[in-house]
Amino acid sequence: MTSQVTPLAGYLLVAAFLFSIGLAGALTRRNAILVLIGIELMLNAANLNLIAFWRYGPHPEALTGMMFAIFSIAVAAAEAAVGLGLVIQIYRHAKTTDLDQMNRMKG
Amino acid sequence: MSFAFYILAALTVAGALAAVLLKNTVHCALALTVAFAGLALLFLNLDAQFAGFAQILVYIGAVAILVVFAILLTKGSDTPTDGVFSRTWLAGLAVAAAVFAVLGWAVIQTANLLPKSAPQPTVTVQQIGQALVGRYVLPLEIVAVLLTAAMIGAVIIAMHEKDGAPK
Repeated sequence: MTSQVTPLAGYLLVAAFLFSIGLAGALTRRNAILVLIGIELMLNAANLNLIAFWRYGPHPEALTGMMFAIFSIAVAAAEAAVGLGLVIQIYRHAKTTDLDQMNRMKG
Repeated sequence: MSFAFYILAALTVAGALAAVLLKNTVHCALALTVAFAGLALLFLNLDAQFAGFAQILVYIGAVAILVVFAILLTKGSDTPTDGVFSRTWLAGLAVAAAVFAVLGWAVIQTANLLPKSAPQPTVTVQQIGQALVGRYVLPLEIVAVLLTAAMIGAVIIAMHEKDGAPK
């Protein structure tokens, strides 16, 4: 990165890279738990964007970006609990968490 | 661009890369914790103290532990012998690279329009609390309902069923 890169652009680039890493993990890993890890990374990258825009935006005292990030953290926690519960139940049903072996949707 | 930013960004990106690239699933969970900690420190670096500490509490304290529990409950700690990446990994990698190219291009193209610097915001936790029970009280209540529903739902989904007899 050159010195012309503003702080905000630096944070946005880091967030974009983190999002891409999470997307690559969610799309390429075979273990269902690793797919959830990729999704968590993507959510966190979005949070970093929100906080960076809040910090360098014109009205940080309005707390808009901060509140969005806090609610996003809460929703991500709920998503992680339900997602991992689903993975455990699928493991009981199919005896595997390998997504390549889960290729049918019958009862 | 401060020196601390480069160190924290490198730590976070290294943790995230390790989390999706390592073979052993438990190591992935530990690397994910490093990435979460790096993100929390980045939040603190952005003067968002409340979000940074909430990140540590929620992600390192709860989500990472949940992930480790799920790994250990599902034999996920056994490294598969035939590779950890799916058959269509090349397509997934191409999609992720394309997404990064578009996002990075958008940021670079608009870098001159972004604000160069901003005065340090002086937001106290008291202000955040007043905003949460004032202007944002309806979203707060909805999140409370969502968390309750998610908790009950997670318990019901993961509840052990007696031999074929659903509860």
